Amino acid sequence: MNVEQASAKELLAFYQQKLDEEAREAKKNGKLVCWSASVAPPEMCVTMDIAMVYPETHAAGIGARKGAVDMLDVASQKGYSIDNCSYARVNLGYMELLKEYAKTGVKPEKLANSPAADVPLPDLVITCNNICNTLLKWYENIAAELNIPCIVIDVPFNHTMPIPDYSKRYIVKQFEHAITQLEGITGRKFDYDKFLEVQKQTQRSVAQWKRIASFLKYKPSPLNGFDFFNYMALIVCARSRDYAEITFRKFADELEEKVKNGVFAFGDNEKSRVTWEGIAVWPYLSHTFKTLKGAGSLMTGSAYPGMWNLEYTPGDLMSMAEAYTRIYINTCLDNRAKELSSVAENGKCDGLLLHMNRSCKLMSVLNYSTAEAVNKKLGIPYVSFDGDQTDPGNFAPAQFDTRVQALCEMMKK
Amino acid sequence: MLTLGIDIGSASSKAVLLEGGNTVVAQSVVEAGTGTSGRARVISELFEKAHVSWTDLALTVATGYGRASVKEADRQISEITCHARGIVFLRPSVRTVIDIGGQDAKAISLDERGEIKNFFMNDKCAAGTGRFLENMSRVLEIKMADMAQCYFRSTHPAHVSSTCAVFAESEIISLLSDGIARDDIVAGVHNSIAVRACALANRAGVVDDVVMCGGVARDAGAVDAIGRKLGKTVYVPPNPQLTGALGAAVLAYEFAKRNGVKK
Repeated sequence: MNVEQASAKELLAFYQQKLDEEAREAKKNGKLVCWSASVAPPEMCVTMDIAMVYPETHAAGIGARKGAVDMLDVASQKGYSIDNCSYARVNLGYMELLKEYAKTGVKPEKLANSPAADVPLPDLVITCNNICNTLLKWYENIAAELNIPCIVIDVPFNHTMPIPDYSKRYIVKQFEHAITQLEGITGRKFDYDKFLEVQKQTQRSVAQWKRIASFLKYKPSPLNGFDFFNYMALIVCARSRDYAEITFRKFADELEEKVKNGVFAFGDNEKSRVTWEGIAVWPYLSHTFKTLKGAGSLMTGSAYPGMWNLEYTPGDLMSMAEAYTRIYINTCLDNRAKELSSVAENGKCDGLLLHMNRSCKLMSVLNYSTAEAVNKKLGIPYVSFDGDQTDPGNFAPAQFDTRVQALCEMMKK
Repeated sequence: MLTLGIDIGSASSKAVLLEGGNTVVAQSVVEAGTGTSGRARVISELFEKAHVSWTDLALTVATGYGRASVKEADRQISEITCHARGIVFLRPSVRTVIDIGGQDAKAISLDERGEIKNFFMNDKCAAGTGRFLENMSRVLEIKMADMAQCYFRSTHPAHVSSTCAVFAESEIISLLSDGIARDDIVAGVHNSIAVRACALANRAGVVDDVVMCGGVARDAGAVDAIGRKLGKTVYVPPNPQLTGALGAAVLAYEFAKRNGVKK
């Protein structure tokens, strides 16, 4: 791959495959593989040269490639209730199949036929409850099933803002404890100089990530929010590597070029702009996009990708602690409403589309109150639809279409 | 000028033919919804009644879940907008619309100009919809048309707590086996529908006049249960199933006029 000449889209695919390949190689060569929650800090593990795999992104990929049903079925047979998050169920199903394969040497049929990216079983897991509490029990289960260490970064919920210092100090202690745990697991001393470099790299990736988001302010917009969803794979899986920085810089450069040349996502058919609140419906990504596109409605706002705007000062653990706790869904209603209003305002959005996600209770529970606050501030209409990030059974395309059409009719007025 | 509104719902197909944007020339309902022969039947029935054909029409608007299947329509508009427009046409003082159809329950809040302020719809779940009522009438072996009589005869409404259509069915079976009077169970079913509908209405904001439409509005028991729960008078138009198609026909007229369509 000629990185200089490749398009951002090619780089995205290349680095995603490369990360999986690195994890497989690490496993083969006896190096450690860690499964990580999507907004858990990877900085410590990357400093320790541990290969990272992200079950949420992996599950989203399985969902988008229409392979979720088999994994959900395995989890269901294992006894996991359908009320559990579908990322967790897809991943726990996948883990079961990998485990069976490792034990018997015979690849289970559902694994052999799965469109899932091939990733190895973990040697340790790291999780963080800054985006939900399911992640605690989910990762504890993996650790118990595989008899491997589980590192937990416990992050308090922010019932008030600004974030109090005692909360940050508590999180710093969690980071320090994680470092001690990693030293124990690897049998090596933690390299603080390398840690600083990894933190700096993370900040370079985040800066380019934010640069992409800045193109949503253009009207018409060169950036389609659904593309932004696709690029999230690298801010999740590779923000502490240069893979994310390189890809995002290329993508932002391409967008800059589009603005210069007057090339816009919907050409001259951008009739309205919406904010999408919540995770994508991965198994129906194309359907949801096409329905909006059919109505000339471009998604130019979503607070979801902004969860990885993890800006902090390298070398300052208090600052890093703050970055990992101010995720908007880990904050009070007032702050959520403020965040979503600012997303809708920056994207010059005419309406709000709320995903009532059966899997993600924390993201959905305050949807109506948040939307009402945004409506009060910006006067834009909102609708919500039932869905799920990876369980296709919890989404009805016709119901989605009706709600979107009604929203577009309201936005027109 | 003749305009046509067609509402292809999940349980039935409806059509209204309008003259000059204000006079209903003919209307039809066929109890077969999207994906069935309902669409073709309702159109031919209406055309026969009014002695018209497609070439006589200035404009056609389709709505409902099956709106995309009406290839002859000039425009497709969501049932939210169409129901709201249809009700405003019949009762301009309306501010709250409760529409319960075959698989959807919705509450629409309107401003003083009759424009939609916001709306809320049921989850991906049949609880509190027409399909729920149909299932219960089947289990109870009571015709849909007789459900209201049972409701008004009830002296001690049973408590049907399940909001899930499937769970409610087994709850009703156990009420029957406990010897609870059918009338009281029916009243419990109506009250359970009212709980769901009023939750949506309260979220949208309940302001007088409250109007109910959709197929379930033909059941006076359901309407009464909702009115009691809201503490409001709930008005029902003469043909509550047809308000979506009527709204579509009105919108077709307005669109034709705005765009200088003449026929």
